[in-house]
Amino acid sequence: MSDDGPLIRFRLDPRSGVPAYRQLVDQVRQAVRLGLLRPGDQLPPVREVVTQITINPNTVHRAYRDLEAEGLVAGQQGRGTFVRAAPAPSAAPERQAELHAELIAWIDRARSAGMDDEGIRALIALSMRTPDTAREKVAR
Amino acid sequence: MSEPTAAVQTSGLGKRYGRTWALQDCSFRLPQGRVAALVGPNGAGKSTLLRMLAGISRPTTGEISVLGRSPGTQIDEILARIGYLDQDRPLYQGFRVSELLRFGRELNPRWDEARARRHLDELAIPFGARIGQLSGGQRAQVALTLCLAKQPELLLLDEPVAALDPLARDDLMHILLQTVVDDGVTVLISSHAIADLATVCDYVIILSAARVQLADELDNVLATHWMLVGAAGTAPLMPVAATIVSSVTTGRQRTMIVRSEPPVTDPGWQVIEPSLDEIVIAYLRARQRPGPRSRDRRSRDHWLPGRRSGDRLARDRHDFDEPEVGVR
Repeated sequence: MSDDGPLIRFRLDPRSGVPAYRQLVDQVRQAVRLGLLRPGDQLPPVREVVTQITINPNTVHRAYRDLEAEGLVAGQQGRGTFVRAAPAPSAAPERQAELHAELIAWIDRARSAGMDDEGIRALIALSMRTPDTAREKVAR
Repeated sequence: MSEPTAAVQTSGLGKRYGRTWALQDCSFRLPQGRVAALVGPNGAGKSTLLRMLAGISRPTTGEISVLGRSPGTQIDEILARIGYLDQDRPLYQGFRVSELLRFGRELNPRWDEARARRHLDELAIPFGARIGQLSGGQRAQVALTLCLAKQPELLLLDEPVAALDPLARDDLMHILLQTVVDDGVTVLISSHAIADLATVCDYVIILSAARVQLADELDNVLATHWMLVGAAGTAPLMPVAATIVSSVTTGRQRTMIVRSEPPVTDPGWQVIEPSLDEIVIAYLRARQRPGPRSRDRRSRDHWLPGRRSGDRLARDRHDFDEPEVGVR
């Protein structure tokens, strides 16, 4: 724990169209990737984030819950939320190669259906941003 | 089946002044613990709604439940548990801050004097100052401080940040949000500028032309609205249950905001996730139909950001009666 207040400072782009909780999640991931947050470090307490960037506390809670669900941080009752010892590992190399091949095959199908690269990128971006609930409906 | 008591629930609520309906057929449910933004242009009925919730005015039609109680018959019980801040923030100009604190202390059984003094200290507002000597921002802060010291379960705030400078607005919001963190108070806060509340709220109620256009969790609002850009005179393929919120044609381009649970995908159309601003404006545009105008016509342009004159509106054609949309 640091005695000098929070280790990182969040920022919000209200015009981006990206929901605020997702902006916070991305910034924590980025800070861990860059080494600004290390295992054992505490995320800024909700009460401080709220006054730092004038944000709804439920939004901060939601972002921290999402980060906890993906294993990057762990909440400790009454103490705060801390970066975990080891970040969640990426997929194994052979599994990644498999996914890569599937994606190439899919892109080929999209192209032969008449889509151009920009359209394909837009569709991928849209699918990644589709919330889980809506995703189930598309799959049905 | 037992749902927790809503902070606010209304059904078929309406208020008529003379021959004009200030609010009509207003039905929504605000769960506890939310910070809800009540947005709409001036004259849309925001103050009318808040005043009825606070028991200051009586509805012409419909039902209200505030914290599970009816303002018509249980107003004393409600008043002890809510804080209401009028948009004019009426405080006695000749009184000192300390005298208002004493009023609060003697009139409210759950008064938290220490909290009130702490807030005023943080804001550097002297206890000895007379209200009339304070700036508009400081008066707003004193008024909110008095509201919060009551330790309310529900706060009804009518345009609390209008006419405040950015710093005063930020200070006010910080105190409000810290109280949400500490006490879990439910907040219903009205504004004619959604930009002031976009990151602060987690629930959105859009009022315009005296009607509720939308009332939902912010996450849900963002996840179910889509902006579609395509060629004028054409229509996108859309899921069956999709509804068009607004549609505007500018030269060769048609821009639509569509509400749909499943994502909208049409290779011929650009699909964008709209921001809350864009969604709110779409609902307000939808009310700009030709024909009989509502009372708020004059003030509408002030509400639309970055739109100082009518030139943009003159160039764009609003596709009000254009139902031809491909459905799959």
